[in-house]
Amino acid sequence: MSNELLNELTFFVLSIFVGIEVISKVPTILHTPLMSGTNAIHGIILVGAIVIAAGASSPVNIVLGLVAVTLATTNVVGGFVVTDRMLEMFKGRQSQKQPAATKESTPTK
Amino acid sequence: MSTLIQLAYLVAAVCFILGLKQLSSPKSARNGNRIAAVGMVIALAATVPQRHFTTAGVIIIAIGVVVGGAAGSFGARMVKMTAIPQMVALFNGVGGGAAALVAVAELLTFGQHPTFSVALPSVFSIVIGSISFAGSMVAFAKLQELMTGTPITYPGQQVVNGILAAAIFGFVIAVLAVASIPFSFISLMVLALVLGIAFVLPIGGADMPVVISLLNAFTGLAVAASGFTLNNFALIVAGTLVGASGSLLTKLMSDAMGRSLGNVLFGAFGQTRVATAAVAGKEGRSVRSGSAEDIGTLLAYSQRVIIVPGYGLAVAQAQHAARELADVLEKRGVEVMYAIHPVAGRMPGHMNVLLAEANVPYEQLKEMDEVNDEFKNADVALIVGANDVVNPSARNAPGSPIYGMPILNADQAKNIVFMKRSMRPGFAGIDNDLMYDPKTLMFFGDAKDSLTKLVAAVKAA
Repeated sequence: MSNELLNELTFFVLSIFVGIEVISKVPTILHTPLMSGTNAIHGIILVGAIVIAAGASSPVNIVLGLVAVTLATTNVVGGFVVTDRMLEMFKGRQSQKQPAATKESTPTK
Repeated sequence: MSTLIQLAYLVAAVCFILGLKQLSSPKSARNGNRIAAVGMVIALAATVPQRHFTTAGVIIIAIGVVVGGAAGSFGARMVKMTAIPQMVALFNGVGGGAAALVAVAELLTFGQHPTFSVALPSVFSIVIGSISFAGSMVAFAKLQELMTGTPITYPGQQVVNGILAAAIFGFVIAVLAVASIPFSFISLMVLALVLGIAFVLPIGGADMPVVISLLNAFTGLAVAASGFTLNNFALIVAGTLVGASGSLLTKLMSDAMGRSLGNVLFGAFGQTRVATAAVAGKEGRSVRSGSAEDIGTLLAYSQRVIIVPGYGLAVAQAQHAARELADVLEKRGVEVMYAIHPVAGRMPGHMNVLLAEANVPYEQLKEMDEVNDEFKNADVALIVGANDVVNPSARNAPGSPIYGMPILNADQAKNIVFMKRSMRPGFAGIDNDLMYDPKTLMFFGDAKDSLTKLVAAVKAA
């Protein structure tokens, strides 16, 4: 087994543990944004798509590269934007809380 | 130069880990997503200078980035919050497809004799990426209602799927051993695509979130495998992070439904349905239904109301009307909270996103464990478009397909108001005894219209 492969295998195994550990305390309410966020992260395949597209010269490679880059970019951009849209709503609450609280303090019965 | 690139990949990997960590808390989640995006930009920027670009390469990358970027941002901005699950499925599928294509392209450059350490991860990436692509597309079609959401089954289905899997396995061995079979990658890809479709067809629409989460983890692993093929550290780490966290998330989701992953995936639903049809067929039981005025008065003079929102609320876009009702009740001094079942909506956390969109205060959203003891002190449990998550047969009918699923104790409230379009059973296709409970008042109609009527009735009371 080459040194490089051994290194890669090490990263692979350690990443498994980090991946599990880092999300193990996620509250249920964040499961959907989390799924969407991890979905955006695997858009890193765009790096791979660029690598294979960069040197493309034969028709087959050109087609493969074009499709791969297009799909991967859709994954990255769509993934991050849709996650941000979801999380934006979670943030909106704090600022709106203040006026709502003062309104409640006036007697209404 | 190469050292710099590796260091940049390391920074990107740290960004992904920190991003995931921050996504775990509501306060920092948005920031976490941004940190991950920054990591992505760093990884991409580090990739460009190390390549030698052909003219064709520059052109196709430019076209791909522009087209993909436009499609991604357009889809993500236009999608309604209720349609988020199918959008995630779509973005996941294209990622899986990209991973498979990268592996094919890389294998082709090695020609006839790729080394084993290149061929193995490539073949893995092709198979898993293709399954993820095809499966995600079926999940998308089911959730978007382009096709029926009910499980599609036929005799011998498991056998056919088994043969497909065996054929793929055989092909993998052949490719690894001989490597020069013409069109072998393409055959492998086609087989995996067919298996992806066949795998998701028999799973019902209600279980799609679990499937999407699983396929999300699959794509992560396919990406990691492509990383081994290309010897790319960033792909390996990021892909594995997603594969591992996605697998855990999948388990958490099926736990929330009180079922094992195997039970979700291998179509137990289809088989038990026949058994429950007989149990459920108790026709002629009477239900009470109330007018908006009755229910409005009931709500207005309550001490404490718990709203149980479900997918019906989401499809009717009634989250704003629900908040309005909560506001008028609170003005009268009624304590209002929302009971959120882990799988309310279409995905864990989906309902929180929808209610957050309507500016419902975060403090009013109660998770199941937190709220279940509160029901017995509640004057009214107001069920809006939810059904299976309050179905008592999950507790007391061992033959029921949802038996064992944790549910909200809405039946313990002093009064139950069940807002529904009709008596039609819920997503799991099971009759709900709660509708026939003597404490229950049915209020039929579109969730949004009904809530608006209730707001008026409470104001008048």
